Amino acid sequence: MTTYRTPLKEARGLGSAKGGTGHFWLQRVTAISNIAVIAFLVFAAIRLAGAPQPQVKAFFQEPVAAIFGVLLAVSATTHMRLGMQVIIEDYVHGGWKLPLLLLNTFASIFIGAAVVLAVVKLYLGV
Amino acid sequence: MPETKLGAAAGSPVHQAPRPLSPHLFIFRPYINMVMSIMHRITGAANYIGSLLLAAWLIAAAAGEPQFNAVSDALGSPLGLVVLFGFTWSVMHHMLGGVRHFIWDTGHGFEIPAVKVLSWGTLLGSLTLASLIWAIGLWQWSLH
Repeated sequence: MTTYRTPLKEARGLGSAKGGTGHFWLQRVTAISNIAVIAFLVFAAIRLAGAPQPQVKAFFQEPVAAIFGVLLAVSATTHMRLGMQVIIEDYVHGGWKLPLLLLNTFASIFIGAAVVLAVVKLYLGV
Repeated sequence: MPETKLGAAAGSPVHQAPRPLSPHLFIFRPYINMVMSIMHRITGAANYIGSLLLAAWLIAAAAGEPQFNAVSDALGSPLGLVVLFGFTWSVMHHMLGGVRHFIWDTGHGFEIPAVKVLSWGTLLGSLTLASLIWAIGLWQWSLH
């Protein structure tokens, strides 16, 4: 019996994820925004090197500092999620791939949310 | 490893030695651009871990003085300072590596001399920036 299915069709049966361009683009957009938030981070780190907690609190009660703190969390965690996704896809094959990709997504978002909450709490001074 | 049937006459059994699939990292003499490419990935992964330290520091500051002092003491210990300097250098290296990739994204800088300058520039630039940041940071620290 003749089969007209190509070996590739037998092997995969899956289309592309159709998300490659979005991934590429968001990686570069967040790379640019990361330069801005890293500049802020360097400024903050130098200002707060060895500083006691009340000084750190006072620093983030400036609105501009709080805004950049939130942007740092969002931009950096988005970028690191995309980067780690590529590393996992390159090196992990088989059963661990999907769980690790999900863990990466959840961990990145969790860290981002935790830092945003911390910055907002410092800003509000509660 | 499955045998390949490429180039075999129809019906004839194929007995081939396993072919080298792709001469990979360990075959090539290391070039600076290749080393910087690997470093870009390693520093990216390191920054992922480093972000946890930064998150811990900010969350501790938000939690209160006892928590902040515990994290601050750990990061201010000799080991903590070495790790933080490494994190600083890693971030700077990854950032300059990203700028190098942006230059390549525009289609420029692919000539071999340009590639060498950009690659060495990433390494030397990141060490310079990290040292500069720490020199200013330690000076600020001494003022407290």
